[in-house]
Amino acid sequence: MSDAVTVNPCKVCSPLGACVAFRGVAGCIPLIHGSQGCATYIRRYTISHFREPMDIASSSISEDSTVFGGAAHFGTALDNIIRQYSPAAIGVCTSCLSETIGDDIALFLREYQAAHRDLALPALIRASTPSYKGTHMDGFHAAVRAILECTVKEKTATAPNQVVLLPGFVSPADLRYFKEVMRDFDLDGLLVPDYSETLDGPSWDEYHRLPEGGTTVERISSSAHSVAAVQLGRALRGGGGDWLEETFGTPCRRLGLPIGLRESDAFFEALSLISGRPVPQHHALERGRLLDSFVDGHKYLFGKKAVVYGEEDFVIGLASLLNEIGINPVLCATGGVSERFREQVLAVTAEAQRLFPGDLEILGNTDHDTIFARAEALKPDLIIGNSKGYKMARKLGVPLVRVGFPIHDRIGGQRLLHVGYRGTQNLFDLICNALMEAKQEQSPLAFMYV
Amino acid sequence: MSTAILDKRRRQVATVTDGKAAIDCAKPSLAGAVSQRACVFCGSRVVLYPIVDAVHLVHGPAGCAAYTWDIRGTVSSGPELHRLSFTTDLREKDVIFGGAEKLERALRELIARYAPRAAFVYATCIVGVIGDDVDSVCRKIAAECGIPVVPVRSEGFRGSKKDGYAAACDALAQLIGTLEPDGPVPPFSINILGDFNLAGELWILEEYYRRMGVHILARITGDGRVDDIRKAHHAKLNVVQCSGSMTYLARHMEATYGVPFKQISYFGIEDMSAALYDVAAFFKEPALHAKASELVREEVTRLLPMLEFYRERLSGRKAVIYVGGAFKTISLIKALRLIGIETVVCGSQTGRPEDYETMAGLCNPGTIIVDDSNPVELSTFARERGADLFIGGVKERPIAFKMGMAFCDHNHERKLPLAGYEGMKNFAEEVYGSVMTPVWSFVRRDTGRAVSPKPPMGGVS
Repeated sequence: MSDAVTVNPCKVCSPLGACVAFRGVAGCIPLIHGSQGCATYIRRYTISHFREPMDIASSSISEDSTVFGGAAHFGTALDNIIRQYSPAAIGVCTSCLSETIGDDIALFLREYQAAHRDLALPALIRASTPSYKGTHMDGFHAAVRAILECTVKEKTATAPNQVVLLPGFVSPADLRYFKEVMRDFDLDGLLVPDYSETLDGPSWDEYHRLPEGGTTVERISSSAHSVAAVQLGRALRGGGGDWLEETFGTPCRRLGLPIGLRESDAFFEALSLISGRPVPQHHALERGRLLDSFVDGHKYLFGKKAVVYGEEDFVIGLASLLNEIGINPVLCATGGVSERFREQVLAVTAEAQRLFPGDLEILGNTDHDTIFARAEALKPDLIIGNSKGYKMARKLGVPLVRVGFPIHDRIGGQRLLHVGYRGTQNLFDLICNALMEAKQEQSPLAFMYV
Repeated sequence: MSTAILDKRRRQVATVTDGKAAIDCAKPSLAGAVSQRACVFCGSRVVLYPIVDAVHLVHGPAGCAAYTWDIRGTVSSGPELHRLSFTTDLREKDVIFGGAEKLERALRELIARYAPRAAFVYATCIVGVIGDDVDSVCRKIAAECGIPVVPVRSEGFRGSKKDGYAAACDALAQLIGTLEPDGPVPPFSINILGDFNLAGELWILEEYYRRMGVHILARITGDGRVDDIRKAHHAKLNVVQCSGSMTYLARHMEATYGVPFKQISYFGIEDMSAALYDVAAFFKEPALHAKASELVREEVTRLLPMLEFYRERLSGRKAVIYVGGAFKTISLIKALRLIGIETVVCGSQTGRPEDYETMAGLCNPGTIIVDDSNPVELSTFARERGADLFIGGVKERPIAFKMGMAFCDHNHERKLPLAGYEGMKNFAEEVYGSVMTPVWSFVRRDTGRAVSPKPPMGGVS
């Protein structure tokens, strides 16, 4: 179809990404300045993936506020959130509606603070996330940058082991892995955001209005003291790490999302350089086992055609892995509008381009209807992406390896590990086994050895 | 009562005394209260969604369409256009220069590709602000393409979810009466309003009506077809289930076409049976009544012994019910009672005063009734009343689970039919499994009371 209509979007809107990021700040509740529905739809969509409570407040903009401005509703919303949740922080994001009627959130917040000088207010973070601009990924990055901009005020000291990690939109399991790796390098990892507990918590003894976990505002405010920032995502520009470097001179290392061997190596090398320590033994062993499995599995993989879709950096990471293991990434697609997507997919797929010349298609700013149409023509052996590719996989009769966000038709999306040697191992096994299962299922011979 | 309630919401929470509970309702949601409600768009989308041979085009940024892509468990016996997500995906430049031209192109392309019987154009928040003339685009394309192209005034901020129901009914009203049937309509013809054919529920009901000798003219909107809806004014009776969303349309049809309506519910034995008897009574035809009696007797005789099994085992358990429509809450209170479960907290997103009166009349003294509630309230009330089971939708599920409570989904996304006698059996089975699973023995129920004794340690003794 033309650019006039999107059929089955391969993205959701920017406030969703912002809300997820805000949940990675300890005691933070997101507030969407918009209609009641924005908060509710985003809650529903994220709960179906994370299977955790996801309270998001709304300023419930009404008809009169669209005419006279949403200031009154906004103030009421802050009052009621503070009463109900006593949050450590409120993460405010905007919507298409509030941006278009021209509400000035910075002004609203200043006025609110001025009117409540006698109270210890929660940290107030604000991100601009008009839904007509970019995708949930842009909203996520905008919120990460906003979290830093609103809390990091000065650089007064240096914390020798502290490293700010801007992980991008990864799973809670990925965040836990990052923290473990940084600890193993004796680094004091400061994750912005860290929703590893808030969006994948244990069973509770008693109900918490806001779940425990997340990086505290106090810690985040010390970000400029860090010896380095590590910002993940090749497509990302103007992220939180860029801001820290520009504003406080914190050296920022910009790396790809560590999916696959090379991108993981780059990540471990960076931590090794920053910490002055070698790669810890058990991670080196995980790397070794990963390589060993690459060898064990290569015959099941070579030349198999894969369709990959999702957020820009996630797809770039997956493409990088496929390129290493001999799978032919015939289509790399995203609903995102990043200018760097094409260039970065090309940058990580040199082997594939050499081995399967002319095969690689890269689609940005696209929808699932287009992805399906191309996939039908390209006849892939497998599809890698979130749950929204299920119907495509079913129609094409090929396996769908469910990764990323959202996983709405399986349990455990929040526990999927994608990054580092361990996450790559997980992805490798999933991909390999999906292809082996397909081969076994399609054979009339019912072999028990494959 | 609890300190969890915001001052401005106090009048929307009441405790039943003497079968009564004074409660405020039908108000806009309070900012910052974390209402479980959605918006006007959601109300419209949810009502029109099951019309399977129409294009549903969401005019706005992609989010609203993306969040409602194949979201419901509503099924079709034929076309499946409703399971696709269409949006004009407005971008910054469209917001500045207007989206009407894009909307026109989108409609032309979609109609050419899918040959729908009608198109619905949902206006989202931003369309109401940038001032696209959706009505005139719809008129133009309808004339050009020769199918109804119906604007839905569903700008999110224009009120609550309930106003969205009304906007959807307005859109349906534009279709009704625009097509005449080919031949005479059978004498006992009804329209089914407010069943959305979740998990094929409407087909269960259709079978009951068929056994009675009642003909269904239009299904509004579960497994709905545009042409049937256009002819719906020829029915003798509108049978309205989801009263909150569809009474508005029923009243319109009564005023415009003289089609009377009856409010019923298909959940639970009592309400299901009453629905069949009501329809039989309306037609004043003894044969219909006799067939309804026979059907009810047959179904109930089969069902009651099965329910007895569950009632013995579930007796004394306590439930929280919080769902969108009040009619459902009312039916669920009765259905739960049949299997020995007492409702201790109940409410709805969009109930009317008369709905809450009915609830209060059904509940024991001390039951909490709540309108337009939120997670803080619901978790507090569930704990205060020591509930074992929560019945709600996806957004309520994690509240229940984190409190160590059983949960059953009675919302639009479920894939299990819960209507009719068959549905009652499914419901009892699901409640039983949810309450009885051994997983609860490892999880602490948050009752606010002392910790219950730990289950015995594993190991061979």
